Amino acid sequence: MPVTAILILAVGTFATRFVGPLLRDRVTLPEKARELMSASATVLLLALVVISALTNGKQFGGWALAIGVLVGGLAAWRKLPFVAVIVLAALTTAGLRMAGVA
Amino acid sequence: MRSIWRTLDAVLLRDVTAVALGAAVTGASFGAISVGAGLPWWTPVLMSLLVFAGGSQFMAVGIVAAGGSPAAAVLAGLVLNARHLPFGLAIGDVLGKSPLARIVGSHLMSDESTAFAMAQKDPARARAAYWACGVALFFCWNTGVLAGALAGQAIGDPMTFGLDAAFPAALLALTLPALKDAATRNAALVGAVIALATTPLLPPGLPVLLALAGLVAFRTKKEKPCPSPQS
Repeated sequence: MPVTAILILAVGTFATRFVGPLLRDRVTLPEKARELMSASATVLLLALVVISALTNGKQFGGWALAIGVLVGGLAAWRKLPFVAVIVLAALTTAGLRMAGVA
Repeated sequence: MRSIWRTLDAVLLRDVTAVALGAAVTGASFGAISVGAGLPWWTPVLMSLLVFAGGSQFMAVGIVAAGGSPAAAVLAGLVLNARHLPFGLAIGDVLGKSPLARIVGSHLMSDESTAFAMAQKDPARARAAYWACGVALFFCWNTGVLAGALAGQAIGDPMTFGLDAAFPAALLALTLPALKDAATRNAALVGAVIALATTPLLPPGLPVLLALAGLVAFRTKKEKPCPSPQS
């Protein structure tokens, strides 16, 4: 991994992060557009959740992972504390793997 | 800055700490994996400080370790990180007004800091949550990477601890409040199905971006899915 490659990735990544805040300052968005922006962030986040819960690379991520995230999701839905959500998800997945579930 | 810390309450701080500690362990495994792939200890450290986007870092090192070119690694990393652009559009005004706040705040942007900001009701809390999560993650992620790079193979596989389940579970918990809104929920569900269906076919990062097509379900009224802001 040459330093040049790291620098290009760093600059490119920063640019994608910086464009949004910069634009938000220059233009006043109508209420509708702001709603759409915040919906798009939620759409991206849920897509990330589903992909990281169900896949590993291009394949199914395994039952241990999927069930762990499901348990965490149920805990969050039942309004358990956030820390409990994370710990339950990780413990479930780790436990299932230890029990031999892939 | 001081008002940010005053707005933080104990619960928020505890939640942020939980996420940051998870990131530290994942960071340690990134450092260890990088050194294990033959990179000098400072490479993952430098990369984490400058790029600060875990997914793209794992991917870039993985591609190079598998014999891929650095150019391919950079391209894949950039595609994966492209989601920061819509994130920035959504929470851009949370960072603060000064140029410094905007520059530093942009660098601290992550899935987690965005989700934490989105989960708050009022703007002051959103800002506090964003900065607390950003700073804590930056500190813990980089400390973890440094420790992992120095300790090398002594660090175990984070999958043994189920940490790969902790990340989506945390994001899901933070996203649940926003999903109470029916229009947002419909769009997010359609988007998630699109992302999942295209994952076997497309390079990583693109399926998540394609999820934005789910926004057509956001309103029953006819509306442009993404208005292009003119500067």
